[in-house]
Amino acid sequence: MSSIVSLPDQTTARIPKRNYLTNENGILSWLLTGDHKRIAILYLISITFFFFIGGALAALIRLELLTPQSDLMAADTYNKVFSMHGIIMIFLFLVPSVPATLGNFLIPIMVGAKDLAFPKINLLSWYLYLIGGGMTLWAMISGGVDTGWTFTVPLSTHYLNTNVVTTGLAIFVAGFSSIFTGLNFIVTIHRMRAPGMTWFKLPLFVWSNYAASILMVLGTPVLAITLVLVVLERTIGIGVFDPTKGGDPILFQHLFWFYSHPAVYIMILPGMGVISEVISTFSRKRVFGYSAVAFSSVAIAVFGFFVWEHHMFIMGVSNYSTLIFSLLTMLVAVPSAIKIFNWAFTLYKGSITFETPMLYAFGFMGLFTIGGLTGVFLGSSGTDIHLTETYFIVAHFHFVMVGGMLMAFLSGIHFWWPKMTGRMYPEKLSQLAAVVTFIGFNFTFFPQFLLGMLGMPRRYAAYPPEFQVLNVFSTAGATILGVGYLLPMIYLVWSLKYGQIAGNNPWQATGLEWQIQSPPLTENFIEIPVVTQDAYDYEWLERQKEREVTQVG
Amino acid sequence: MSELEANHAEEPHIVSPKIYAMIAATLLICTGLTVAASYLELGPWNAVVALGIAVFKATLVVLFFMHIKYSSNLMKLTVGAGLFTFLALVGMSMSDYISRAWGSF
Repeated sequence: MSSIVSLPDQTTARIPKRNYLTNENGILSWLLTGDHKRIAILYLISITFFFFIGGALAALIRLELLTPQSDLMAADTYNKVFSMHGIIMIFLFLVPSVPATLGNFLIPIMVGAKDLAFPKINLLSWYLYLIGGGMTLWAMISGGVDTGWTFTVPLSTHYLNTNVVTTGLAIFVAGFSSIFTGLNFIVTIHRMRAPGMTWFKLPLFVWSNYAASILMVLGTPVLAITLVLVVLERTIGIGVFDPTKGGDPILFQHLFWFYSHPAVYIMILPGMGVISEVISTFSRKRVFGYSAVAFSSVAIAVFGFFVWEHHMFIMGVSNYSTLIFSLLTMLVAVPSAIKIFNWAFTLYKGSITFETPMLYAFGFMGLFTIGGLTGVFLGSSGTDIHLTETYFIVAHFHFVMVGGMLMAFLSGIHFWWPKMTGRMYPEKLSQLAAVVTFIGFNFTFFPQFLLGMLGMPRRYAAYPPEFQVLNVFSTAGATILGVGYLLPMIYLVWSLKYGQIAGNNPWQATGLEWQIQSPPLTENFIEIPVVTQDAYDYEWLERQKEREVTQVG
Repeated sequence: MSELEANHAEEPHIVSPKIYAMIAATLLICTGLTVAASYLELGPWNAVVALGIAVFKATLVVLFFMHIKYSSNLMKLTVGAGLFTFLALVGMSMSDYISRAWGSF
């Protein structure tokens, strides 16, 4: 099979002596760093840690659901396990996954800057993330929380005696971490672009992170306020959500979903940015309809604020507003479809190669499309009444978030691993991991669509025996999926020492990040680049290479 | 935008103490008005009047104390984005609240 990988001669190649990893030594040089690349690495380690905790909880959920009875754990323990799985995976993994690791690492380099606009705020955001994560873990260890990740009132305010306050405040703190990341990106992209780097020469990864940043900055405060109101309701009973005091429990849902629907775009948009980069690089073509893809990110961000009520169709909201929100929900399909179609057209007549990032990207395109189209079922108010609160919805958002976002995250991690570490991951093994993940994923979550159609409700430890076959399928698939996630964990760590030296540009990609050494210098560029080429201009890259050769000659 | 222009745009606008004093006085007068209005019997309009005065005061603070009146268009757009999001939150939520009592179709 053909490949575009071009590595330097391994007998003579060396990792550059001076780079951001070796520039300073000692634990304090990491903990007090302002370097966006080091903060990205800190984030990468932290989110991987939380991913494996969330993954372990997912394994417990699937094991419990292996049998119809609630026999592995008591029903209330099960409630705590799935709540913590959701809270950790959403707030501590998915929201910071691509922006805080890859975005932190790459956005300043992609726009041609030496660092983000506010390096100290960037570091602060990591510490806030750790505080939020620590509080969440504390809440879990000291008794757990069983509200579900949505903290729905009046359950969370009136009926539970678990650690709702600690968890709520933890998410409040973690929310500020994400606001700071978003703020940093917005300012950096507006003010720190290199000379010549106009908006339409930016890589699409930057555009999609920009759109996600807008959502973070505008949406997250609403969640913060809502959680504070829940905490106040529990502690001093202010009554905003309590009908006996003139409040309205559905107001909580409006406020919560006003953040949490855009939050799914916070999670998926940066992933879509990764896919744009990967698809272009491995089909050696400029992304088809660059500006359409760029604007579709912004359109998703804007539309994302106008559809939240589709989470609440059966909660007692007005029929008329259900109608409005159901129609508005269909709007989001348009920019999402623009992206998928444009990626497909990018592939058309491209010189496609199948390196690992590309395999994950293909996984993303297929699974995200299924996840997105089942979203149409749920956005239509009629079918939603049958399907909501069943396993159909669980399957839908896992297709989008795990099949979409996690695939994109792994794609991006593999794609930029040579840049971040200077070394290649083992190609064959990682291709195997990508395929195993894809197969395991479908085995795990496709049966859940069927279960949902048949009417199995979500969030129960026990279920009628006739659903067992599909649940056994799902649990069996989860073990395959688990192997698919453990493999990269192992071989990526292995590659840190034994991987092949990658050189500056192993993929022959066009982004500014590939024109500098790997791993990069602390200051990224020796001199600030002047950008004359368009994004994804492979002919420009060819000319660059020719010039290098003549210079050496 | 060249670097020179960018620096020019960032040059801080100096607001005279007179303006600050005038704004502060206006805010105090508005506070008095809010208190006075609360004694009037306007039924549901009491809240509307109080909120109206509060919005006016907040606008003054944002425009003058936070220097938005003298800032670049980008800053104005940023503030506008926050306002737009807030209006989306309230406006779209209202589509539920005003029509909930209408019953089914």
